[in-house]
Amino acid sequence: MSDVFITEAEIEPTGSGPLDGVTVAVKDNISTDGVRTTCGSAMLADYVPPYDATVVERLTEAGATVVGKTNMDEFGMGTTTETSAFGPTENPTAPGRVPGGSSGGSAAAVAAGEVDLALGSDTGGSVRCPAAFCGVVGIKPTYGLVSRYGLVAYANSLEQIGPLAPTVEAAAGALDVMAGVDDRDATTREPPTEASYADAADGDVEGLTVGVATELLEGADEGVRECFEDALEELREQGATTETVSLPSVETAVQAYYVIAMSEASSNLARFDGVRYGPATETDGDWNDAFAAVREEGFGEEVKRRVLLGTYALSAGYHDKYYEQAQDARAWVKQDFDSAFEDVDVLASPTMPVPPFELGESLDDPLQMYLADANTVPVNLANLPAISVPAGETAEGPVGLQLVGPAFGEETLVRAGSALA
Amino acid sequence: MTADDGDDGAADVDDEEVRHVASLARVDLEEAEVERFAAQFADILEYFEALEEVPDVDADAELTNVMRPDEVREGLTQEEALRNAPETEDGYFVGPRVS
Repeated sequence: MSDVFITEAEIEPTGSGPLDGVTVAVKDNISTDGVRTTCGSAMLADYVPPYDATVVERLTEAGATVVGKTNMDEFGMGTTTETSAFGPTENPTAPGRVPGGSSGGSAAAVAAGEVDLALGSDTGGSVRCPAAFCGVVGIKPTYGLVSRYGLVAYANSLEQIGPLAPTVEAAAGALDVMAGVDDRDATTREPPTEASYADAADGDVEGLTVGVATELLEGADEGVRECFEDALEELREQGATTETVSLPSVETAVQAYYVIAMSEASSNLARFDGVRYGPATETDGDWNDAFAAVREEGFGEEVKRRVLLGTYALSAGYHDKYYEQAQDARAWVKQDFDSAFEDVDVLASPTMPVPPFELGESLDDPLQMYLADANTVPVNLANLPAISVPAGETAEGPVGLQLVGPAFGEETLVRAGSALA
Repeated sequence: MTADDGDDGAADVDDEEVRHVASLARVDLEEAEVERFAAQFADILEYFEALEEVPDVDADAELTNVMRPDEVREGLTQEEALRNAPETEDGYFVGPRVS
């Protein structure tokens, strides 16, 4: 079995529509009725959901066939897909290297041509990072555009389900099917226009103003920077203008993101106690001992690290210091992006400041791994939409260009992104 | 390390503190994990110190209540709800003893 899937399956279409004949890979934290959904964790190795996520329902109603559940960092916690309890996935376009994460299996499945389309989830870059590392397109929708019903929660206030595909048009077509109000997710909203996102993939960037944030270029590897500059030149040749902007708030975005995501995770993952699901364990002690034993057995090291740090950040005496300050930093990021969009239509940066890591390279130093998310996490903090499109390759592997738009500005992102892919 | 020792930062995390947080979170740790986490948490918490420098922002969240009629609708059957439990008895989950 290929290393992109944790479970291969065949979920037949329930209807007919724009996705007739399309094969889809679904990240293994998105619930599929009757098909095991592990979240890349030993804790859920045998968990079989009794219902479908709304996005799965919508894709199969539109004619798609789901062919498998893809590998991922455990509960979405990672940037390489190496924290999966089911082993790593190799990057099909950069041998010996990671596919990015946490939706690494989904991006690899698309890049290897095993499926036409894939679903990922993006809490701090988990659709865009693997899209960039595997040389495919990934969209992180505006918070509230796509239902999270049936997505196993990691950090609810940050995450969205998003499509990955070989082209912007195909990803936009999937978004057309997925987007819109769902009464089982009260944070959902209707898309702002009746127009189809796929129709916006006309590559027309004449007159588009692209802002380039200096803070998101500073840490970039030289090879990545060259690819990024070439992609900007391509946009200018097609009629776009570029201008430099400043986003000082992004300097504390990674800190804010990790405090908030870990805090939410510590609460969300409290449900994994071995009673309603999870491995059976034998202990002689009381419920505290039993829960602690099953959580030691079921969780991998990165999940424990985040649950513990989140518990710490929310504990008495530290709540104001970490969690409250992180919320202020989040509000600052949002304000900063909002005011940038008064002058520019979209913001551009490299999706990842580095090319794909070698397998095993980043496992020892969690803080180094967190820093690689510098360009993607501000988007989740600000609830904004973003797209990653292929922008060339370095000797180490593919490079992605990230475009960020104002809230519910997916149409503009699709139009601009389709000028490149 | 205490909540208000902002001066010397959070760079000091000992094994005992890691064990305390682990017990709050109901996660058993191996001794080697405790030691690794103590060193890593010191680095990560020190990095989080930068949040001290964030300016005050005047931001109003745009929030709207989303309501729906409180009507009974179909949910999971008892069988479906119990399907993934490692142990059940007479239609209930079996949990560990409470004391």
